[in-house]
Amino acid sequence: MRNKYSVFSLIKNAFSYHENWQRAWKDPAPKKEYDAVIVGGGGHGLATAYYLAKKHNMNNIAVVEKGWIGGGNTGRNTTIIRSNYLWDASAGLYDHALKIWEDLSQELNYNVMFSQRGVMNLAHNLQDVRDLKRRTHANRLNGIDAVYLSTEEVKKFCPIINTSPDIRYPVLGGTLQRRAGTARHDAVAWGYARGADAMGVDIIQNCEVKGIKRNGDSVEGIETTKGFIKTKKVGVVAAGHSSVIANMAGLRLPLESKPLQALVSEPVKPIIDTVVMSNAVHAYVSQSDKGELVIGAGTDDYVSYTQKGSHQIVEGTLNAILELYPIFSRMRMLRQWGGIVDICPDASPILSKTSIKGLYFNCGWGTGGFKATPGSGDLFAHTIANDEPHKLNAAFNLNRFVSGDLVDEHGAAAVAH
Amino acid sequence: MFLITCPYCGERDQQEFKAGGEAHIERPKQPTELSDDEWAEYLFMRKNIKGVQFERWNHAHGCRKWFNMVRDTSNDEIKAIYKMGEKPPSQ
Repeated sequence: MRNKYSVFSLIKNAFSYHENWQRAWKDPAPKKEYDAVIVGGGGHGLATAYYLAKKHNMNNIAVVEKGWIGGGNTGRNTTIIRSNYLWDASAGLYDHALKIWEDLSQELNYNVMFSQRGVMNLAHNLQDVRDLKRRTHANRLNGIDAVYLSTEEVKKFCPIINTSPDIRYPVLGGTLQRRAGTARHDAVAWGYARGADAMGVDIIQNCEVKGIKRNGDSVEGIETTKGFIKTKKVGVVAAGHSSVIANMAGLRLPLESKPLQALVSEPVKPIIDTVVMSNAVHAYVSQSDKGELVIGAGTDDYVSYTQKGSHQIVEGTLNAILELYPIFSRMRMLRQWGGIVDICPDASPILSKTSIKGLYFNCGWGTGGFKATPGSGDLFAHTIANDEPHKLNAAFNLNRFVSGDLVDEHGAAAVAH
Repeated sequence: MFLITCPYCGERDQQEFKAGGEAHIERPKQPTELSDDEWAEYLFMRKNIKGVQFERWNHAHGCRKWFNMVRDTSNDEIKAIYKMGEKPPSQ
């Protein structure tokens, strides 16, 4: 029986010096056979398992993770959540996720610290202004809140931005989505893991997939470092390593894996109470609840699995940040890291069946997958359980690269990819 | 990978170069004969290898010439560099 977290459980555990909290999830050895196995224990994979158990009554399932849960891109992103995408298909997908975010802490009985502090996107040139205005209209037609701000309104909303007209990247305007914001990334993985575990899902860490066994055109199971696991359904949610898994099944994907960097500063008192993104210069800033500035940079242009990234990418981002926020000039950076993002040619994700029966892929989220975590899990669970996509992810099939029906969000979303 | 040896200019800072993706993808000889599947394969599908990969690079802020590189994508180590049209070294 899973104990509920509440103020009473907090007080009760205080009496035993917080040493007797129940484990949030078990550490099981893999069974011989499951109804479905999810490859990848990040936010998306754990959410998929959670919704498979919760909505589709599939409780005999497992999540296998080669490292520890939430140790990949889930723990490496800048935690920005928004749904202001241009195209109808994307707007449907990301706003579905945003609506789940709004009640997620209550649903999971786990505080994911979702904070709707707003996300502001800046325009630095005339084309940006036109694009952002167009996107604002498109968002509103799709029922997504969006407003266009003048330079003065940008300054009023976030006073520390330098709006002087004579800087290298002058602020000509911006857009604001007030429902957007941030969440605590680790808590999302942990909350879904705890919820899935309570419904009987086996979360198996330190278990790397080494091969996918096929019988003709259908899946029979997976070879792992902890032995063979028999299953008829495999959902791969492996982010940057999706192509590696696809190769094991003899499948080709339209992905390139590249390093995307982020960095955090020393903690300071509250200075920026929103998220400001600047797509033209690849500089994204928010402040964590601990007080660190969380800064997102751009991707490198070459394929790499090193989780590092090039120095000049960070340098370019910090140049832009310092010009837009002169007040940060003496901040010291604490940590810098990279995550490997799997980018599709149209910068939209793939949530799809494949030519192999029982093999499903959820990948291609590129630089912006965190925001979609709950929606992605929900829709991918639907796809796996019914062997049929939900109408919200039907457009994000693998076949679109053959039919040409791409969801081209490159630079059309609020951020250039 | 901070220094890249351009086959025309010698050792230069990585910042001067632009990556051009997977190498040795042959342009279809008869584009009109291609099926949609073959087009998708040519245009979009990539090996995206974790390990030794053959790729194209451009010395964008230098001689602006293209060349090929053999690189280990798991640690960014450059194994070999050779000119366009030359045979790839066997790995």
